[in-house]
Amino acid sequence: MAPSSADSEARSYRNASPGLAFFLTATLSLVLMFVDHRGDWLSQVRTWLSTAIYPLQVAINSPAAGLHWMQDNLALRNQLITENDTLRKQSLVQAAQLQRMASLEAENRRFRALLDSRARVPDRMTVGEILAVDMDPLRHRVVLNKGRPQGAYAGQVLLDASGVVGQIMRDQVYSSEAILITDPDHAVPVEVVRNGMRTIAVGTGDLDQLSLPFLTRNADVKAGDLLVTSGLGGRFPAGYPVGTIVAVDGSEGDAFLEVTARPAASLDRLHEVLLVFSPEPVTEVAPASPPGAEPAP
Amino acid sequence: MKNARWPVWCILLLALAAELLPLPAVAQALRPAFTTMVLIYWTLMWPGRFGIFTAFLFGLLIDIAHGSLLGQHALTLSVISYLVLRVHLQLRVFPLWQLTLAVFALVFLEGFLLLWIDGATGRATLGPQRWGPVFAAALFWPIVMAIMDRVRERLERRKSSFS
Repeated sequence: MAPSSADSEARSYRNASPGLAFFLTATLSLVLMFVDHRGDWLSQVRTWLSTAIYPLQVAINSPAAGLHWMQDNLALRNQLITENDTLRKQSLVQAAQLQRMASLEAENRRFRALLDSRARVPDRMTVGEILAVDMDPLRHRVVLNKGRPQGAYAGQVLLDASGVVGQIMRDQVYSSEAILITDPDHAVPVEVVRNGMRTIAVGTGDLDQLSLPFLTRNADVKAGDLLVTSGLGGRFPAGYPVGTIVAVDGSEGDAFLEVTARPAASLDRLHEVLLVFSPEPVTEVAPASPPGAEPAP
Repeated sequence: MKNARWPVWCILLLALAAELLPLPAVAQALRPAFTTMVLIYWTLMWPGRFGIFTAFLFGLLIDIAHGSLLGQHALTLSVISYLVLRVHLQLRVFPLWQLTLAVFALVFLEGFLLLWIDGATGRATLGPQRWGPVFAAALFWPIVMAIMDRVRERLERRKSSFS
């Protein structure tokens, strides 16, 4: 039934030993897993391999990128005029709001000086694009087109137009890997805007749900409360919206409430994100801080 | 004279790309591990050329592309290809439905090993995202096998016409 070539192949194959090869690869992968789980020593290996896989990711991203290009280049004149019009109006409104913002900021700076607390440094940002590439379906990770040479670094915070998106986990040469705030392994320190109460928002593995598991029964939260980053922990700069509380549950005997929130950022429709350069150098994650991590003057 | 190997490498890369292609969440739960299936096929049919080392290499590439623990897929794919190598002569004479069952067992074993490693490193999650692809692999196997058979016939015929 099998062709003769395959038979002779099998006969010649019987002399080789799959056991030895299996022993080698199994040992090597066990060592790799152990080292990768224990520490950060394999980041260089990851960087090399990720460079090898980057062309494939770009190729996969190209249809989506092409579609965007076509939308930009083949749009009708009418559409462009309308879009331009809306954008101009939007920009006017935002500029007007910004005027008030400027005076508020000046006022805030004076107050902070009065209170003798450290002045807030405005955050520097750059725009990164998310490659249309699926990663592990069990986790919420994305690939960005900005790597270490472009100033991206592990621990850098990502925002979109409406809120916090996540942070960079691994900076590589051409791209970097980011974790979203909804990943089950991710947590972000937040505070409730209404009363300044601080807690932690943990990812659930569901793209439109965050969980706040550390609120006691007497905590003052209700549906509709806005959550912003508290700035504790030193990773996320304070004051960016994280989400809105949608439900507060908890049966009588429980010590903690079950609070769920919806992320402010539209995590399921990400295309472009803002990379925030943190004003303080990140010490725990990036030991050799790249130029982008230096404190802004 | 040997058959050309590069078409198979191209197919393996295509299978890897098919695993990275962006899909909506519902379809993601039904996407089979194409790389595993293609590797099983070629280890089964050309055992001298594609085997444990190929599986290890593609496992590493999947680990990088998925951002999972480095070595996780490398280990599971090595195990799968070792098992296929041990029993490839028996598997080859199976009718299609038995072969599909065997592939289902292998892919299930892979899913189990992945879950096991995830559990050992404290990242275990359960749900349709984990077991959907295993069943999808059994559903897709006859199609993948038909396509791969075509390719292999072409490659082997080309060889015989030249020698």
